[in-house]
Amino acid sequence: MTTTTLPAPAEAPAPVPPRRRVRGLLTRHWYAWAMIAPVVLVLAVLVLYPLAHGVYLSLTDATEMNSGRTIGVNEIPATYEFIGLENYFSVLSGADGAFYPRLLWTVQWTVICVALHFTIGLALALLLNRALRMRTLYRMLLILPWAVPPFVAAFGWRLILNDEGGLLNAVLNVVGIPGVDWLGQPLAAKVSVIMVNVWLGVPFMMVALLGGLQTVPKELYEAAEVDGASPWQRFRAVTLPGLRPVSGTVILLGTIWTFNQFPVIALLTGGGPGGATNILVTEAYERAFQGIRDYAGAATYGAIIASMLVVFAFSYRRWLQRQASEVLG
Amino acid sequence: MRARDERSRLASTGLHTALVGASVIAVFPVAWVLLTSLKTDRDTWARPGELGTLGLGNYGQVLGDTQFLTWFGNSLLIATGTTLIGVLISATAGYAASRMRFPGQRPLMWLFLVTQMFPAAVLIVPLYNVLSDLGLLNSYAGLILAQCTIAVPYCAWMLKGYFDTIPVSIDEAGRIDGLTPFGTFWRLIVPLARPGISVTVFYAFITAWGEVAFASVFMQSEDRYPLPVGMATFVSDFKAEWGLLTAGSVLVMVPAAVVFFLVQRHLVAGLTAGGVKS
Repeated sequence: MTTTTLPAPAEAPAPVPPRRRVRGLLTRHWYAWAMIAPVVLVLAVLVLYPLAHGVYLSLTDATEMNSGRTIGVNEIPATYEFIGLENYFSVLSGADGAFYPRLLWTVQWTVICVALHFTIGLALALLLNRALRMRTLYRMLLILPWAVPPFVAAFGWRLILNDEGGLLNAVLNVVGIPGVDWLGQPLAAKVSVIMVNVWLGVPFMMVALLGGLQTVPKELYEAAEVDGASPWQRFRAVTLPGLRPVSGTVILLGTIWTFNQFPVIALLTGGGPGGATNILVTEAYERAFQGIRDYAGAATYGAIIASMLVVFAFSYRRWLQRQASEVLG
Repeated sequence: MRARDERSRLASTGLHTALVGASVIAVFPVAWVLLTSLKTDRDTWARPGELGTLGLGNYGQVLGDTQFLTWFGNSLLIATGTTLIGVLISATAGYAASRMRFPGQRPLMWLFLVTQMFPAAVLIVPLYNVLSDLGLLNSYAGLILAQCTIAVPYCAWMLKGYFDTIPVSIDEAGRIDGLTPFGTFWRLIVPLARPGISVTVFYAFITAWGEVAFASVFMQSEDRYPLPVGMATFVSDFKAEWGLLTAGSVLVMVPAAVVFFLVQRHLVAGLTAGGVKS
């Protein structure tokens, strides 16, 4: 570092001039900043800037018709206008008719999926966390759905759930139960998308919780056993508290991912029938890319989704910290 | 001490029954796609009870008569690029967040968490404009960067947690031996963090390999399509080539399976450490 901009510091000045302070920070922290710079740059240019632009769009009446575009050699300038919070009023007042039903279903979808992911994942992790024959084989088979790309999974399940020629209905018919239009009736379609998402999401939970189980000290179990604790008591008093750090993290991530789970619903039912399985994210995508593209409406949905998740994450982490401090002291 | 793992025969049978049942459910849809892909008679997919003639005809058709191999190459390039760049930059950022104290550290961790909350489906329109301004539409580099935005926040968060579990004394030893902070990171910590890095490699590769929303909007010419977008052309309003789709799906799963088998040994250990410390 050269000192061309500042005179040489002959005397020690009492208040540090701001520019010096910046330089002090730089000399002390440039290494850390350099190491995080690529990530920050990528996220700033490709997430934060588009996000800011999206928030701006949500305050306008932008659609496909009034956005700037180029047709052949003619450049048509954008003519959309700033309209303030109007989009938010129209969405949050329920005037657009879709928001509250979608929100209700999104919350149901998230709660059911995460609860099933967690309980099934935990049950399988407990089974796998014992000495047993073929454990590695079981573990590999059970992780498999994680390695299946969602679009292949959706496609494979459509082969099974299909109305005509689907395997599930064929099996039901053999047993004597009339077939169900799995992807064509609102309730059956909801059950189907949840089923597929659970199938896809359990392996992550299972692996994370399996690792978590292995961090619980063996001595605690032995002590509990000496004290005469039943298996259920050991589970409640040793396993669950021991898993808390892992389960806190995976439930938070699982909630965020499920809330925004786009591919499963988009590829399995396309949000149908009649929008019954559309969660907020697929609704937003539909607005942005179907019919007359409603960029402002989609951006409004996006901003609302993101702010709900931010509020959830803050309060969930605070709740976790309070729980942890209660346990510890 | 009594061995805790001595079980009655009944309990043991129950345990194995439950695990076999779960494994069957986990594997079945994949196996069903595989079986369907081998049915060469037209429309046998619609009669699940019948096998018809089995053969590799569908595979021949996918590889010979469509642009499958081009798309496969595109996907491989994009997923590998995303994995390399994504894991490298999230590892350096995760290391800095784990070992160094600097202004902006807490906001950085929140940035990693919060960016996972923005639905990709909603970022597409503004992101499209950004890539268009940078001249990166319909280019591999553009799609790789876009895929990185999905992979990087989770990878960096994970790796920061994993690095936290590696004793700081190793860094100190490296510094005493005259390594730079980056040298310490690269020569000492990265090899020790192999389980954590395996998880992020797996995550980044799988995510980029199967991603549909960005890929379908940012790639516009057919010879640049990655697999999911290309294979969608097998389905149109008039006909669905189920034979091609199933055979294609099986081929798509092969690289994902390869990556999975390379890293699966490390998955449990890697994911745990990253999850415990957050």
